[in-house]
Amino acid sequence: MCGINGIAALSTQTKISEKDVLSMLPALYHRGPDDSGVYLDPNQRIGLGHTRLSIIDLAGGAQPLHNEDRTVWVTFNGEIFNYVELRKNLIKQGHSFHTHSDTEVIVHAYEQYGNNFVQHLNGQFAIALWDGNNQRLLLVRDRAGILPLFYTRQGDRLLFASEIKALLPQLSKAPCISPTALDQIFTFWAARSPNTLFEDIFEVSPGHMLVLENGDLRESIYWDWCFPEQGDYHQSSDADLTDQLYDILADATAIRLRADVPVGAYLSGGLDSSALVALIRRHSDAPLKTFSIGFEEQSLDESIFQNQLIEHLGVENSRILCQNSDIAENFPATIFHAETAILRTAPSPMQQLSGLVRDSGYKVVLTGEGADEVLGGYDLFKEAKIRQFWARHPQSEWRPLLLKALYPYLETSGAQAKAYLNNYYSIGLEKPDQPGFSHLTRWFTTSQCKVFFSQELNARLRDNAVNRLTEQLPPAFDNWHSFNRAQYLEAKTLLSDYLLCSQGDRMLMANSVEGRFPFLDHRVIEFANRLNPRLKMRALNEKYLFKLAMKNHLPRQILERHKQPYRAPDIPAFFSADPPDYVKDLLSEEKLKRYGYFDAKKVSFLLKKASSGSSIAYKDNMALVGVLSTQLCHYFFIENFFSTCSRSTSIPNFSLT
Amino acid sequence: MNMKKIIRHYIMENLLFTEDESVLQDSDSFLDGGIIDSTGVMEIILFIEETFGIKVDDNEMLPANLDSVDSLAAFVQRKQAQAVAA
Repeated sequence: MCGINGIAALSTQTKISEKDVLSMLPALYHRGPDDSGVYLDPNQRIGLGHTRLSIIDLAGGAQPLHNEDRTVWVTFNGEIFNYVELRKNLIKQGHSFHTHSDTEVIVHAYEQYGNNFVQHLNGQFAIALWDGNNQRLLLVRDRAGILPLFYTRQGDRLLFASEIKALLPQLSKAPCISPTALDQIFTFWAARSPNTLFEDIFEVSPGHMLVLENGDLRESIYWDWCFPEQGDYHQSSDADLTDQLYDILADATAIRLRADVPVGAYLSGGLDSSALVALIRRHSDAPLKTFSIGFEEQSLDESIFQNQLIEHLGVENSRILCQNSDIAENFPATIFHAETAILRTAPSPMQQLSGLVRDSGYKVVLTGEGADEVLGGYDLFKEAKIRQFWARHPQSEWRPLLLKALYPYLETSGAQAKAYLNNYYSIGLEKPDQPGFSHLTRWFTTSQCKVFFSQELNARLRDNAVNRLTEQLPPAFDNWHSFNRAQYLEAKTLLSDYLLCSQGDRMLMANSVEGRFPFLDHRVIEFANRLNPRLKMRALNEKYLFKLAMKNHLPRQILERHKQPYRAPDIPAFFSADPPDYVKDLLSEEKLKRYGYFDAKKVSFLLKKASSGSSIAYKDNMALVGVLSTQLCHYFFIENFFSTCSRSTSIPNFSLT
Repeated sequence: MNMKKIIRHYIMENLLFTEDESVLQDSDSFLDGGIIDSTGVMEIILFIEETFGIKVDDNEMLPANLDSVDSLAAFVQRKQAQAVAA
């Protein structure tokens, strides 16, 4: 994996300087510590930069890279997993290659297929491609949103880079935090693409392509998650579909093992990573190294399940033990890398984990991320199904009790408990066909954290995050099965806007480690999207067909285990001991008032509650982490804008005063 | 401070995070107002048990006892009176 950046002229008078392109590179060294390079076109219309983490063709893969006559140039972050097949095909069609890297197939595929080249790529990528003959720039991101690509206009120039911090040295002043983004974060857990936390800084959305030509920036969608509209699901027998799913997953895994360096895997102890490891073991004889997280906090720890698997699969595993104090200590670095406010600390241990990978001498790991979204695993999907069932008979006292099967800790015995259960989970019950029905409970709970917004911030909020989201759904959305609608919302809010970036790419890249995601191979997604929802969730049995496909390869206790969501300690991470100085400082009345996003008095009550260790509600945890991470973002990217920009390394300085 | 005031204060600081008296009337239903959720109920029970030295039995966990400042205060007074009588 790597870092990419560049600057393009938006007007004919503008000339791009090499110095400016170079100024963006230091902020990306952590993404590509092995090498770096810059290309400036002869007319100074464009400059492309690259920092490299060498994984394929270690000797020949330097970038930016060009075609035969040096008219097409590319800077590329990611992997094209089908490059072997693509290369053969392109050679047959007369293209000549001067390296063995996967990057080079991009320039030749562009020559061959034009803008459609992206349809031929199977991989994870952020690409900036300059076509000198036609004076056009393409910015493209992979289908699922695995790799990042940000951009902003600065006068007559378009700046773009793998991370926002690489744009900063070319801005004339610090960016502003966007009220709309905070509203979205405190509703969906993340700003919605193309928005970022910052005003006027955007990302290329997953499956989108931006074309800059004659000073015009045009955006198109080349791929999206879509589902059958007329009930035209796969027609084959369950047994055939089981075999087909297994074969696609096996191939998606096999092509992700292509690398000139050893490849490891994350092992959580849950079904997805277990299945992944089993798939790797069936298709590779090489000794496999796995990596996992254990928690000091017993209720979050999955070591027992990890150990069962390690024994069953015979892998060599390394584990970090994440303590509360580790999160408290690492959290500023987590936010510096994530470049956004978040409501949970869960990314922080993921950063610790990639550190373990790096220290073990590995650069690449496969992970099970995406299986729940693609194959139907989340509790939220079950909850939606039960709530749909309940909505058919809203007066029923029995139907909502099914929720207890899902959340065994729900207290359903007393009248009080029933009243609260009914009140909370019945949200939207009168309109079960509304677009966001599946997610209303989550969005509603999360939105309650907005009570901490300051008056100034509230006054600047223009619209409602949920309404805006439902307006932006694709036209076919209403024709999809309710289960597929829930999948779509999950894929387009939590997966691409949060899990793959704040908790994925940014935590991996913080330690120069590349993640690969077989479940997010677009062939897997496209196949799974045509499965009848009953094959994803049979009654309340999640990932039904997937479990059938893995039945002969995994122990029963793993297949039958109730899913445990990955979580890390939130408030206890900071308050089980005396909180670190930066927490006290950034949550002080003075800083809260000066930054202006949150109501200092209300936050002081939350702090008092957190410090007392008294029973802490789920939403209190989200609120505290949200407030703290917003304050950290302001501290790093606004208050200390100039020192953040001028740092020659990308390691943040935590000495807060 | 009288009991209602103590309860009000607790709810405002710990569940509504505010000092603004106008946001909560003593008769407001916590449930209807979406003021607290099920973990909030747990917090309230813990609070009244610790503060007023009573014990809330399972069969007393009813909205009629716990769903507003008024009903909470009345419930606590009844419990305390029972304890004295016993």
